Amino acid sequence: MTALCLEVNGRVWHVEVEDRTSLLDCLHDALGLCGTHAGCEHGVCGTCTILLDGAPVRACLMLAAQAEGHRITTIEGIAPRPGELSVVQDAFCETHAMQCGYCTPGMVLTAEALLATNPAPSRAEIIAAISGNLCRCTGYGQIVEAIALAAERRRGINIAAGAP
Amino acid sequence: MTAPLLRGPFRYVGHKRRLREDRRFVIGAGRYAADLALPGTLHVVPVLSEHPAARILAIDTEAALALPGVRAVLTGAALAAAIDPLMNGAHTPAVRRYPLAVGQVRYVGEWVAAVVADSRAIAEDARERVRVDYEPTPFVLDGEAAMRSDAPLVHPEHGTNVLLDRRFVWGAVDDLFQEAAHRLAYRVAWGRSSTVPLETFAVTARWDEAQETLDVWASIQMPKFPDQIARALRLPGNAVRVHYDVDVGGSYGVKRGIKHAVLAGFLARHLAAPVRLVEDRLENMTGGDMQGPERVFDVELAFDGDARIRAMRMRALDNVGAYAGRSPFQLGKPIGAIVGPYRIEAVAYHALAVVSHKTPEEAVRGFGQAPTNYAIETGIDRVAAFLGLDRIEVRRRNFIRAEQFPYLIPSGTRYDSGDYHGLLDKVLRAAERADIFAERERLRARGLLAGIGIASCLEPSGGNSAFEPLLNEHNRTTTWMESCRVMVDALGAVTATMHTTSAGQAHETLVAVAIAEILEIPPERIRIVRPDSLAALPSNSPVGSRMAIMLGGAAVGAARQLKDKLLAIAAHDLAVPMADLRYREGTISAPDGRALAWLDLVTIAHREFFRMPPEMEPGLAASAVYQVPTGGALPVDGRVQMYPCHSFELHLVLVALDPVLGRPELRRYLIGHDCGQVISPDVVRGMTLGGIAHGIGAALLEEFSYDPATGQPTAVSFMDYLLPSACEVPEIEIVHQTTPSPLTVFGQKGSGESGYLGAAAAIASAVNDALAPLSRRIDRLPIRPAALSDLIAAAKTTTEK
Repeated sequence: MTALCLEVNGRVWHVEVEDRTSLLDCLHDALGLCGTHAGCEHGVCGTCTILLDGAPVRACLMLAAQAEGHRITTIEGIAPRPGELSVVQDAFCETHAMQCGYCTPGMVLTAEALLATNPAPSRAEIIAAISGNLCRCTGYGQIVEAIALAAERRRGINIAAGAP
Repeated sequence: MTAPLLRGPFRYVGHKRRLREDRRFVIGAGRYAADLALPGTLHVVPVLSEHPAARILAIDTEAALALPGVRAVLTGAALAAAIDPLMNGAHTPAVRRYPLAVGQVRYVGEWVAAVVADSRAIAEDARERVRVDYEPTPFVLDGEAAMRSDAPLVHPEHGTNVLLDRRFVWGAVDDLFQEAAHRLAYRVAWGRSSTVPLETFAVTARWDEAQETLDVWASIQMPKFPDQIARALRLPGNAVRVHYDVDVGGSYGVKRGIKHAVLAGFLARHLAAPVRLVEDRLENMTGGDMQGPERVFDVELAFDGDARIRAMRMRALDNVGAYAGRSPFQLGKPIGAIVGPYRIEAVAYHALAVVSHKTPEEAVRGFGQAPTNYAIETGIDRVAAFLGLDRIEVRRRNFIRAEQFPYLIPSGTRYDSGDYHGLLDKVLRAAERADIFAERERLRARGLLAGIGIASCLEPSGGNSAFEPLLNEHNRTTTWMESCRVMVDALGAVTATMHTTSAGQAHETLVAVAIAEILEIPPERIRIVRPDSLAALPSNSPVGSRMAIMLGGAAVGAARQLKDKLLAIAAHDLAVPMADLRYREGTISAPDGRALAWLDLVTIAHREFFRMPPEMEPGLAASAVYQVPTGGALPVDGRVQMYPCHSFELHLVLVALDPVLGRPELRRYLIGHDCGQVISPDVVRGMTLGGIAHGIGAALLEEFSYDPATGQPTAVSFMDYLLPSACEVPEIEIVHQTTPSPLTVFGQKGSGESGYLGAAAAIASAVNDALAPLSRRIDRLPIRPAALSDLIAAAKTTTEK
């Protein structure tokens, strides 16, 4: 067992795990952050996507030990305040961009990462961004709409906030 | 039950509204089976067979047990001695199935033993130390080969590899074949694909020593799940408590998990600890027992010069894999729509299910309907080609006309309603706007192969089990109910129940909207809960595209009873006949203007018994147990009313493919869809788009392939079993039509399988239209780029000669 110190969702967690423990298992089982889901566990489906220093990363392909010294964000850390939703989360609800919800945390985090760097993505850019996240329920249509809607709303907020 | 049917305008039904489920999913608060962390939980991993067929000579567990942290290793022989076999669908008593193999293995990935340890990682380490001595025996993979007399028997005690061999003749088939001007015969094959949810199967079981109950939390979509566990474990039904408040991470049919739950339940009881079994992807793809229909159709059509199809003969051979639970029934459900949307007068159907040394099949979205639709649609295209007629025109001539509903098909099902010509016209107008036909010509002019695909098919919905007695005379089950209970508490808040799990179908929203419509209160004010199986009303599960009809029907039934009780209370209190009262948004008023508000009524019911009508129960609670609208008659002469409602869909798709690469690209996709009155538009839209994506997978990408030389599966990860990504699914335009069902309260029909049921047929039709200039066609799914480019190359070589 190894003692690790991980920064997850703005908080420092001390946890003891076996050296071989993946970041996914550490988050889900040891820290109880169950919003990070196991899908294929070989890096294809993107269900376990988290943000590592703001960039989408597959938690199943990383050891927990490798995450020390990095800033980890899981789905539980996306809402601005407890009881609220981020613009992306809210847009996913607005367009019903999910069914079973299993891929949703990974999709939301991937979308957050996209919009953080590209505030006005084209349809093709949205599709490219989520092409590493599989969804078996929706056929992606309402997910693409949610991300476009979130982009528009985020731009709207910025304009409103910046207006004199 | 004969309750008045409601036709709009509706207050909540059919209106866009946020779904109550979505919020928990976007914040990562879905509660899936693998999220449950009970203290002291032990973890199970199965030891997987390496052979497609072998005798198990010995299992040495010593080295595994010696590893620190290992609690037990269970073999098939030990388990089989303590439990009863799992349920079969077909009447095949000699085909026994246990969670762990007994004496012999029948497919690669079959569970041979189970290792239990303090963590999954330790259990996996120990699995490597379990030594199984096998004596490999001959195997058979192909369905037709399995039927030959010299084929190795998968279950020698059964005496044959054929599990089901039923012939039906509905109508004067032979006469019509004689009489018709033309006949053609063809073969199509649907490859072994499945629904492959992103969540694998997961179960936690705990034996409660104090209560003497087995608690089960599982990722399931399984009718009669608690009963099946209880039977296998030889427990009374009321000793198994299945928790339905578990979110299921996708299923679309396959999350049956009975062997998983029986194994975990047995271990939990015998080790006196919570036991958890969560498949990894490899286990899921091999021993997860969730592969889908692999079916070969031989079809003959008899038709006249005007393209009117008179009769059909169809032989469907399904390779169900090594064992069969309900999978042979997947040949039975399509009998309820065996003529598709067409006026075919007579049909001969030969249904064959055979076992082989492949992973077993499980129920897949549509329960066999999608492959059958593909077989029928291929025939319609072929008739058009034969007569040199337009494929759309041939469909138009054969469609059942709107005024012919309800329409009795030869196999005994009455289609409830439809307007196929109406939807066709709407789709063609949309196609004109989308410029699909001109675009095909432009693509062809650029040297690409381009084709337009068409498929028009039915989605039978409101699932009952009529195929069970039809295919197995020992099974007389025709009851197939769903239930709901509505309660109003003393503060006036409404809570309603449902009694199964959901896998993304937004059933909580469905129940809330249905009750809201009747009680005229906002759906957001209604809480939906899921009691466990010991507190549940009789229910089945979300199979057969049934919940909008069945759970919606139950919710309406309970809400109406509750409303009637409120009216009775008001009539008594106001001393006015019930018929003179007016109910509006929870307030009941008399003609003279006096009124009782919601809270007044609640207070009378909960606190002021002296104001209640005599003999009336206090409180406000009502429940309804709702049977499938068309009832539950047994089959007569091989004919039976299958599902009650019939949604209709019409796909139009433009495919382009580079003749060298052979990779089909979907350039345009239009679907006309009619599922009666829509309850939640976003849900129906999502189901339809998702179903099409799934159909794209079945048509072009997905197959559980096997190496014929070794019997090893060759698609065991997401790198070789390809699920469509956002890149493979085009933008899809949905054209709506609403033809209400006369059998359901709001006129709703099912939509849980929409899109999937015709997408693969439409894509195959488009590819074949693209290949038509080369006089080639392809009639096997999935259509692989390699097969296509070979076909194109061969065609060119022939032409150049």
